[in-house]
Amino acid sequence: MSAWETVIGLEIHAHLKTRTKMFCRCATGFGEPPNTLTCPVCLAHPGTLPVPNRTAVEWTIKLGLALGCAIADRAVFARKNYFYPDLPKGYQISQYDEPLCRGGRLGEVRIHRVHLEEDAAKLIHVGASGRIHGSDASVVDFNRGGTPLAEIVTEPDIRSPEQAGEWLKLLRTTLRRLGVSDVNMEEGSLRCDANISLRPAGSGQLGVKTELKNMNSFRFIERGIRAEIARQEKVLRGGGRVEQETLHFDPRPDAHPPITSLRSKEEAHDYRYFPEPDLLPVTIDPAMVEAARAEMSELPVDRLERLRRELGLSAESARLLAFRGELGDFFEAALVPDGGSRAQVLANWVTGELASRLEDGQDPAASRVTPQALGELVEMVSEKQVSVGAARQVLDKLVAGGGSPATIVEAEGLAAIDGADELAGVVAAAIAANADAAQRVRDGNAKAIGPIVGYVMRETKGRADGTEVSRLIAEQLGI
Amino acid sequence: MTVDTLRLTAEAAAGLLDRGEVSAAELHDAYLAAIGERDGELHAYLRTLDEPNGEGVPIAFKDVVSTRGVETTAGSKILAGFEPVFDATVATRCYEHGLSLLGKTNMDEFAMGSSTENSAYGASHNPWDPSRVPGGSSGGSAAAVAGGLAPWALGSDTGGSIKQPAALCGIVGLRPTYGTVSRSGIVAFASSLDQVGPLTKTVRDCALLYRIIAGRDPCDSTTVELPAPVELPEGTDLEGLRVGVPRQLNEAEGIEPGVKAAVDAAIQLCEQLGASVGECELPLSVEYGMPCYYLIAPAEASSNLARYDGVRYGYRAPVEGGLTELYERTRHDGFGDEPKRRIMLGTYALSAGYYDAFYGQAQKVRTIIGQEFRAVLQDFDVLVSPTSPTVAFPLGARTANPLAMYLSDLLAIPPNMAGLPGLSIPCGLSEGLPVGLQLIGPQFSENLLFRVGHALEQAIGFDSVPERLR
Repeated sequence: MSAWETVIGLEIHAHLKTRTKMFCRCATGFGEPPNTLTCPVCLAHPGTLPVPNRTAVEWTIKLGLALGCAIADRAVFARKNYFYPDLPKGYQISQYDEPLCRGGRLGEVRIHRVHLEEDAAKLIHVGASGRIHGSDASVVDFNRGGTPLAEIVTEPDIRSPEQAGEWLKLLRTTLRRLGVSDVNMEEGSLRCDANISLRPAGSGQLGVKTELKNMNSFRFIERGIRAEIARQEKVLRGGGRVEQETLHFDPRPDAHPPITSLRSKEEAHDYRYFPEPDLLPVTIDPAMVEAARAEMSELPVDRLERLRRELGLSAESARLLAFRGELGDFFEAALVPDGGSRAQVLANWVTGELASRLEDGQDPAASRVTPQALGELVEMVSEKQVSVGAARQVLDKLVAGGGSPATIVEAEGLAAIDGADELAGVVAAAIAANADAAQRVRDGNAKAIGPIVGYVMRETKGRADGTEVSRLIAEQLGI
Repeated sequence: MTVDTLRLTAEAAAGLLDRGEVSAAELHDAYLAAIGERDGELHAYLRTLDEPNGEGVPIAFKDVVSTRGVETTAGSKILAGFEPVFDATVATRCYEHGLSLLGKTNMDEFAMGSSTENSAYGASHNPWDPSRVPGGSSGGSAAAVAGGLAPWALGSDTGGSIKQPAALCGIVGLRPTYGTVSRSGIVAFASSLDQVGPLTKTVRDCALLYRIIAGRDPCDSTTVELPAPVELPEGTDLEGLRVGVPRQLNEAEGIEPGVKAAVDAAIQLCEQLGASVGECELPLSVEYGMPCYYLIAPAEASSNLARYDGVRYGYRAPVEGGLTELYERTRHDGFGDEPKRRIMLGTYALSAGYYDAFYGQAQKVRTIIGQEFRAVLQDFDVLVSPTSPTVAFPLGARTANPLAMYLSDLLAIPPNMAGLPGLSIPCGLSEGLPVGLQLIGPQFSENLLFRVGHALEQAIGFDSVPERLR
């Protein structure tokens, strides 16, 4: 048992996919030519004023409700002041002591707060380092500047890098389900910082924390946190003290060290927050909250619970279907009425066979397989009209060209061999052709049955039921 | 026909245009001629337009008003050469009413000052006595109107920057109720206090221009629709009006005897016109208004002026080094002393550990000032006081002492902190220089202020043409 317990809290920034930016009418977008989605407001020309995006406020309320937060009846935008080229006004409009949402919980992690702010522009550093220090030049693309950003801050309830990764996936699927964010880490629409500290196992007090930035993929988050835990452990084991500081994670495999200091506590910015005088406080009436609540679809955590309770799915299947909502939707569409007894089999086909045949992350609804077709196919397997092996071949054809499973089975001659005599003949031939293997099986080596089964499957083009084949082999070998 | 720009009011100019007695081009040229004749001495303008851009009455804008394609510097070197890509909402509204831009007027840098001596482009001079300041920060606009270089002008008022120069130049100036005039396109000084307003020869002109610029603007979330249309004042009596004379605003230390005498005479006139006059108290507002202002305005300014970093527009220091050096050199070279002083004050007031004691406390005091004014305005319809404790002072007299300069706005600031409108009208002369009377009313009481101002204006019969130019 490790002597140290890890304590992790996350700060997540999620782009809201509103049509326009947070405080101006510019379109939001990713991948457009640099500095084409800009206007005097988001370039901070003299005299320009912010006008809040109502949809962004409504969506943040929706997000707050999904995370079980209390929605404020009054929220105040505040200026966070600091100089940086990606911040044209010299301040970011954010929320400080009166955020839109407070408290809440998602899964096993409590939510501290959720607030709404604007994103900074994108700095591109020209030169070797890829960072502002040591670069030859830096250029700014203001397209991203002013994109609405929901900042979600958790309580320090996470205990391991793996848990952080898993929980982030739950958050991502929740955001996606709400339809308020693309939550794409590669495009920067979901970003995560982690506050990390260690304490003696069993201690009730929090240790000194560091803030780890720049973990821009799910993989890097777990790796970054792991690297920082290792660093802190080494410091503590050596009798040293962890310094409160902001750290930068370099995900490159050859980065030594992968974790470097951005600034110490002494160098921490004094952001001089004060209420944004260009904006009135946002008042949220109960009707607005109710409208947001009414618009909400079933959340992944609720769906997981329902799939387990109503359909008796395994925890793993329910989790997969709930957290990958598109798989869940396909599953529920394929589920025939009163098909509850076969729900688990169908779930296995959706999350296993079907998902593995799709491109990573592809929505099955966009494939050529219809939910009805998969439902039929699973029915046929359950009724032993086709073997599992044959059904896999049918699914290959469905994925490639669509159609109906019954038609494919008919056309390809994939119907299960139901005559026991016909199959018994094939088994006998298989034993004859694999005499050595047969002898080893008789001698007690059960694994040696493989070549015999393989022969049968080849001869029957996979139409034979595997269980029945095994039974017949055993019977004919007299074991 | 010959146009006497020294006497021509905007209302009269509109009449000439309507009747076809003069064309917009002729009017524009008449003002350009006057500018050519007198602006060398007054330096009211930073730049003028050769051709009119509308068919209506010409107007001058303080250089804080963004004008598309026309250099807008806010009196600062850091914006030298900056041409806005859009028009301020007030400019658009003026153009929609046919008004034609004569030029951009001089001002204290970023509207920080009370004499225009803080302009990076040289001081303006008072048409009544060019050895004296026109007041500020809208001193260029006030000097232009008083000196016959524009029929009317727009200024901006954060802590008295319309009222005080109007007073010192013997013209009419309105600082409107906060939230009635759009700030979109106005180079920001202190967002919660900045307000654009008219500088004019008469109260009726003031009402006409306010009618054009006021009203809700979707680009400025802090604006509201006017509760009632703007009325042009007609009457000459003050029957039934309750006039309050706040003791602290009328007896403050530093009010010159000549100023006091002219204001007292105007107060007596109110009674003669049928008003009831009574004394009242604003102890907290006058004692704390100024300190409160000098925490809140610099705090907001320190943030509003952060965008001038040399990265995107305006002045950029020629540096070889890195980012920090670019910021530092640009802001060191680009800002004058007064913006730097206020940025430092404001940064300090907002700093961690000082926020509660300074900015936070000032916000609480501001609420109390608002309450005190509201209470007094239960008993009175309008409050009167001098606009400025003194008449126009000589150039250079206060530049070495920022506090003395700040005191120029001692009487103008308290109602601003409460978001209240204030109208300054000339009420007489002291030592040959104009004295301004400040009229303060409740929020959205501009129509009342115009009525009272107009009645007093008629009774006082002040000649707004500087004696030496008559």
